[in-house]
Amino acid sequence: MAEERELETSAPYAVGKPPARPDQEPGFAAWPWSPTDLTRPDPTSCKAEDTDSHAHGLVRVLDDDDLAKGEWDPSLDDDTLLEGLGWMMRLRIFDERMMKMQRTGKLSFYMRSFGEECIAIAQTMALETQDWIFPTYRQPGAQFVRGRSMVSMINHCIGNIEDNVKGRQMPVHYTWKEGRFISVSSPVGTQFSQAVGVAMASAYKGLDEATITWIGDGASAEGDYHYAVNFASTFKPPVILCVVNNQWAISTHANLATGGRNFAARGLAYDIPCLRVDGNDFLALYSATKWARERISAGLGPTHMEIYTYRAGAHSSSDDPSAYRHGDEFQCWPGGDPIERLKNHCIKKGIWSEDKHNKLAELLDEEVMAAYKEAVKFGDLANGPYPPASTIFTEVYEEVPWHIQEQREELGK
Amino acid sequence: MTEMNMIQALNSAIDDRLANDENVVVFGEDVGFFGGVFRVTDGLQKKYGAHRVFDAPLAEGGFAAMAFGMGINGLRPVMEIQFADYIFPAYDQIVNEMAKVRHRSGGEFTCPVTVRTPAGGGIRGGHHHSQSPEAQFTHTPGLKVVYCSTPRNAKGLLTSAIECNDPVIFFEPKRCYRGPFYGDPHNVPTWKGHPDADVPDGHYTIPLEEANLVLEGDDCTVIAWGTMVHVCQQAIENSGVSCDLIDLQTLVPWDRDAVVNSAKKTGRIVVVHEAPKTSGFGGEMVASIQERCFYHLEAPIERVTGWDTPFPHTTEWDYMPSPERITEAIRRTQEV
Repeated sequence: MAEERELETSAPYAVGKPPARPDQEPGFAAWPWSPTDLTRPDPTSCKAEDTDSHAHGLVRVLDDDDLAKGEWDPSLDDDTLLEGLGWMMRLRIFDERMMKMQRTGKLSFYMRSFGEECIAIAQTMALETQDWIFPTYRQPGAQFVRGRSMVSMINHCIGNIEDNVKGRQMPVHYTWKEGRFISVSSPVGTQFSQAVGVAMASAYKGLDEATITWIGDGASAEGDYHYAVNFASTFKPPVILCVVNNQWAISTHANLATGGRNFAARGLAYDIPCLRVDGNDFLALYSATKWARERISAGLGPTHMEIYTYRAGAHSSSDDPSAYRHGDEFQCWPGGDPIERLKNHCIKKGIWSEDKHNKLAELLDEEVMAAYKEAVKFGDLANGPYPPASTIFTEVYEEVPWHIQEQREELGK
Repeated sequence: MTEMNMIQALNSAIDDRLANDENVVVFGEDVGFFGGVFRVTDGLQKKYGAHRVFDAPLAEGGFAAMAFGMGINGLRPVMEIQFADYIFPAYDQIVNEMAKVRHRSGGEFTCPVTVRTPAGGGIRGGHHHSQSPEAQFTHTPGLKVVYCSTPRNAKGLLTSAIECNDPVIFFEPKRCYRGPFYGDPHNVPTWKGHPDADVPDGHYTIPLEEANLVLEGDDCTVIAWGTMVHVCQQAIENSGVSCDLIDLQTLVPWDRDAVVNSAKKTGRIVVVHEAPKTSGFGGEMVASIQERCFYHLEAPIERVTGWDTPFPHTTEWDYMPSPERITEAIRRTQEV
């Protein structure tokens, strides 16, 4: 189990509180879970009740020394390990550059995946290319794996003339159908229950397609989360439901969002196999997702996961976490840093080095800079060009109805 | 042509679409084996299988989300909200998701969902089985909003709604399922013998932009939708005034030419709906008519609507616009 839920002492009913506020010393109890704790059940015959220990423990592969251990080790080849490491490094560098762009007024808004780079990248790598990705704003990394160019992504974040969603959405609200990456929506949680429908359509058509979706610990209080789990339980579609428990929903710590201390095990009551996975462990996430995908290929339907991690950065460029939590808290997270852990693993395997790492980081930084320079050729936030104003009126409906046409003519653009 | 009541006509539209479009799936509360509490999907599960017509868990927000997901992944869901009063758990999914996804995704994803829902009063349903919340959807860009009134237009409009590549909110006046309602609760006619109970067989559509001119006259234009079309017909007859009666049928996008041409012809307008007055769709009609027809108007435009109160149980006949109130309004337009 996770740590005990901490409560305010003065309230007449239970009001949760986080482990530490800004003026308190941050710290977390050492994890009791090790990679050799849990067996890897046969995904093609596993029942929900067989995953009780997986829902209450923690699926890990990398141990505290970053060595791969236990039954969940996916035994990935060197190229795959380095590919994953490269995508994670690229995402962090991309995010840092975009954040600087936001701070200098070149983007209106930004959201980093800092500390959570592993999640979408490891999981997308474990899936098939035909599988649907139904993300929140903190899984943009899936697009790297699927081959979206950074220029295209930056065009969206700027909202310039080449933005594929035509300047209609805030930055980081990506849509990319070519990569089966479904449109990000600001109201948190809506995608979770929608993903069940996407998966049902795949099943209806008889296609070997999975759908993966994520929701935050905070948003898992929304009705959409509960709809999704119940509908997935009812119809058993090929869907992978992931609760990213990164401890914080803006300033609302998970202790304030639920009386439970375990998100994974919620699925057991719905007769869905559940895994609680170390979200900063590339190998564990890859392996858990592969396991869920094998269940889908075998026609067994949904898997429910809690991805246990820590939101190392601010919620968004508009957020200042120093107002509600200690700035160093993420450095105390027992799960460490996902990039450092995979890097150390690769070094210990003899396939990577500090020198190679630093050189790749420099190369990626140049690549990101070059992509940004290319993207602003299509318009920057200060000067445009932006998508034409006519895009306000188009694609509201398949065809522009008369009343919207009249309003467009009134604007005169 | 077959004589049908509205339930049979709706069933016939869904039947035709299920038969001819393998991407059509039908779900909602009690719609499967049982065929719906109003029997609209009766027999369809048996005919097309439980993978195409099935019961959803009791969570409107959940199956609206499911419809969204199916819609963006190539299916054409037709979902039933058992009573329009119960649509609100699905409001976020309809308003923020279905309505917006085409636009927000730059046209990459579309959501051709039809949300069918029985609406309106006249069945002693109290405030949670009687509301007519069309204005809560006409205010949302990206949705088409339809309100049928007869067996014939129920079939034609529903077929068009299912075929539409945009999400459609489809209101069915439940008081008129088994017969028209002329405003007298003690008079319970069936659709038998009514000209609009003759429903074309097979595939039949009415465009989602066309009003229906139910009556043609010279001196007043009465605009209504749903059950109120029939109540207005009675009121017009009682008034002795020569009226155009426009059944709007589709509220978004509404039939500009039908309304404007009639308003310019008569110069005297009455707009009627069951829903409360404040921010009702009648307000949109009134505003649009004065914008487009101001110099043709001969009298203040009248609105006859439900009151700005919750819909009552035993006193619903004093809540719903009656033939008497509508007749009075028609007469007032003639007195100026």
